[in-house]
Amino acid sequence: MLRILHQIFRTGIVTEPLPEAEAEIRVVGRQLEEAIRRRFRGSLTIRQVDAGSCNACELEIHAINNPIYNCERFGVHFTASPRFADMLLVTGPVAFNMEIALRRTYAATPEPKLVVAVGDCGRDGGVFGCSYASLGGVASVIPVDVVIPGCPPTPTDLLRGILAAVELDKKKRG
Amino acid sequence: MSRLLHSLAEALGADVAADASLRPASVAGCAVPRARFAEAGAVLKDAHAMLVAEWAADESAFGRGFGVYACYRWAKDCVVVKAELPAGDPTFPTLTGSWAPAFRFERQMHSLMGVVPSGHPDLRPWIAFEDWPAGAHPLRKGFDGTRPLARGAGDYAWIRAAGEGVYEIPVGPVHAGIIEPGHFRFLAVGEDVVNLEERLGYVHKGIEKRFESLPWGEGHRLAGRVSGDTTVAHALGYCIALEALAGCEVPERAHWLRALLLERERIANHLGDLGAIANDAAFAFLWYQMMRLKEGLLRTNSALFGHRMTMDCVVPGGVAADLTAEGKRAMAAELDAFLPEYERLVRIYDDNASLEDRVRSTGVLAPQKALELCAVGIVARASGINHDARIFHPFPPYDRLDEIELEVPVLVSGDVHARAWVRVVEVRESVRLLRYILEHLPEGPVRAPVAAPPPGGAGFAAVEGWRGEIVYWLQAGPGGEVNRVMVRDPSSVNWIGLEQALPGNIVPDFPLCNKSFNQSYSGHDL
Ligand code: SF4
Repeated sequence: MLRILHQIFRTGIVTEPLPEAEAEIRVVGRQLEEAIRRRFRGSLTIRQVDAGSCNACELEIHAINNPIYNCERFGVHFTASPRFADMLLVTGPVAFNMEIALRRTYAATPEPKLVVAVGDCGRDGGVFGCSYASLGGVASVIPVDVVIPGCPPTPTDLLRGILAAVELDKKKRG
Repeated sequence: MSRLLHSLAEALGADVAADASLRPASVAGCAVPRARFAEAGAVLKDAHAMLVAEWAADESAFGRGFGVYACYRWAKDCVVVKAELPAGDPTFPTLTGSWAPAFRFERQMHSLMGVVPSGHPDLRPWIAFEDWPAGAHPLRKGFDGTRPLARGAGDYAWIRAAGEGVYEIPVGPVHAGIIEPGHFRFLAVGEDVVNLEERLGYVHKGIEKRFESLPWGEGHRLAGRVSGDTTVAHALGYCIALEALAGCEVPERAHWLRALLLERERIANHLGDLGAIANDAAFAFLWYQMMRLKEGLLRTNSALFGHRMTMDCVVPGGVAADLTAEGKRAMAAELDAFLPEYERLVRIYDDNASLEDRVRSTGVLAPQKALELCAVGIVARASGINHDARIFHPFPPYDRLDEIELEVPVLVSGDVHARAWVRVVEVRESVRLLRYILEHLPEGPVRAPVAAPPPGGAGFAAVEGWRGEIVYWLQAGPGGEVNRVMVRDPSSVNWIGLEQALPGNIVPDFPLCNKSFNQSYSGHDL
């Protein structure tokens, strides 16, 4: 136990003191926090859906949860059920074998049903393209609000894309 | 001569013909009549070999029917046994009589290539789903892979159990966390799992078919996305097989840089897994700490190689990134800071009684079972199997075994703890290897040109990714074009290990067991 406490104190808070190059995160993060406070009463709940990714996009989505990016401080968190979700964060080309599950997840999500397509695959199928097994980008199956390109997009790109979707929602509702 | 080939020749006599098309020469190729395909498998089982992979190729471009292939190994000794099937009667005797992993390999071959393993007891679709149109075998040359499938209907025939108190729990395909999709069907009595059945294939993207439409020089990018968390090792598998096939001499420095990228990938993923295993035992502290260390490594990757996961750095003929003197110093400094931090966390893992209570004797894959399943990688090494492709299929600097003395951790308890502890030791070893590489990195070019592969040739590679052994087999067509690319991720064999490890555990321990295996869905589903 003492060792754990010692490690906690020795580590300190790693979230804030970001290297200069990452100062952007703080800016994006603050905007994100503000937008979420206004639009979603301080809490944006995301259901992540892998519709066929290679899994590297998932690694970067995990990373926005790590103590360095720590998306929870901006009010962003992930839920297990689409029924609690404000936003679907969808990765991958949509695999033919995942099409039905993706449609059902979308149907189970309440309004405003924001959909963010992640990665070059989410945009247009990426390296996997369109084929017998890949239906291409997410928009070929469900309506998409924002695309975050990249292979995979960096955690900063992801936060910026989530912000764009939240801001977009503001416009959508006036 | 290969000991395995020798056993085959003794048992099958003149029916074993050498197959000279296979490269590199360290892997022996041979052909047997199809009627004796299973017999050959049984002979090699008696010779203590393991079944590495089994696959089929449509060889109509050569004016033949299909080829079925099985790869076996015993330590460094590796053979690929081939049988030819006529197009009008694509049947062959099943290997399932001797080999447990053949159950899924053959279901997959049956679904995707339409070859029929006679005597296989369970030919439900695998990777293909029951709502695919009848007769759709995408890996056949006559199948147009560019057009979407027409969706039909049908139900999967789940394994059922009757009896008082037995109930089913369906989980997935969309899981609770940020994780890939797959379906698990538990049969349970109270909290105890009686049976776990996996049904995978949700993220099937047609990767093997897509390779056939890409030029040789572009396949590495696709290989690097078979399982994104293993991008270096997969790209490496593809490139080494291609270089063997085309006879390319990779510059020494490029080999070493490849090893450096491979070990960095191993460390990053092991850190993530160690954190996630602790987290699934409700010890979030370690998850945060491990993720912090991992993030540091990814940032160094980004600064030195231009990509956080070093995607597309391994290319045919060498590497697309070099390391400057300054980069070397930065990495050495990183390792100096990393190791003591890491050791402190390992100590905390090891000292924590409540964690120990969760991870010990949970999710046991007994060594005998691991052997039966021909498990590979971390899973195998946690269950007593001493196999590591870095030793058995080495490239520089791994071939300097006397000097680097790579320690391959092998435990026998086969539980969650063993799978975690193999990772713990491997991280230390990788750090040691990285230091060795930084100190001895030879100078010189980092890329060589790759010639066009010879028509009809085949190239083989086995690479130890962080999860385990990855196998690629590339076949050139009659014009030297891509005829077939076979990919075998460690997950193709190890997923069955999870199924076997679970009965007897309680349902709430499933996430923890699953995390300790951490197999790839994408790498399995292709
Ligand atoms: S965009 Fe790139 S990283 Fe993301 S799923 Fe596609 S291939 Fe993988």
